[in-house]
Amino acid sequence: MPGRIERDEVRRLLSEEGAQLVEVLPRRQYEQLHIAGAVSLPLKEIDARAGSALDRHHPVIVYCNDYL
Amino acid sequence: MSARAAWRLESLGFERVYDYVPGKTDWFAAGLPREGEAASVPLAGDAAREVPACHFRQSPAAGISPHDDEDVACVAVNDEGVVLGLVRRDRLRAGLSVAVEEIMEPGPTTVRASEPLADLTKRMREAEVEHILVTDPEGRLIGLLRRGEAERLLRGRSSE
Repeated sequence: MPGRIERDEVRRLLSEEGAQLVEVLPRRQYEQLHIAGAVSLPLKEIDARAGSALDRHHPVIVYCNDYL
Repeated sequence: MSARAAWRLESLGFERVYDYVPGKTDWFAAGLPREGEAASVPLAGDAAREVPACHFRQSPAAGISPHDDEDVACVAVNDEGVVLGLVRRDRLRAGLSVAVEEIMEPGPTTVRASEPLADLTKRMREAEVEHILVTDPEGRLIGLLRRGEAERLLRGRSSE
């Protein structure tokens, strides 16, 4: 089950464990504004691209806009 | 949306998947780095400057210089760094022997770091507010935004 994490844990995973930060919103929203260092992998493209775009040996953190 | 993405990645064999549910709204509100076409739009966090913090239980005489020209002597915070009040220079001079909480203005107005700076500055000008505190979503101090500095920053960006 994917763990839900808060900002401080995101920062720790990025700095200490080489986590990959992934924005899953549509690409246009990513292009407008995204968290520094994040990559774009829209929800609709995960099946096709996750295997090549992400490293299975490091943690993956996904995010979108907020709770809604 | 991120929950579905996290579940799908896990089902595809990714073993350590995390869902940052508060997302980029939370990240930007904390003044953390951003990228993209809109990243150059100035936000409140870009204009926030360091300001002395003091624990609300401490004696103001300890470690706070009363000779600074700034109107704000220090921002009263708790153990977590959450903003509880504001100590003005004139109140500090009048109450050097008492605890910060006795001379602070409780519950000062704060804004998030992701507040668009142009709109914020306009509202401050209309309300004749010279400065405002910037905090993260947990209410922890990021800095003090001075209207004059913010207006200079905006002028600089528009002339680039």
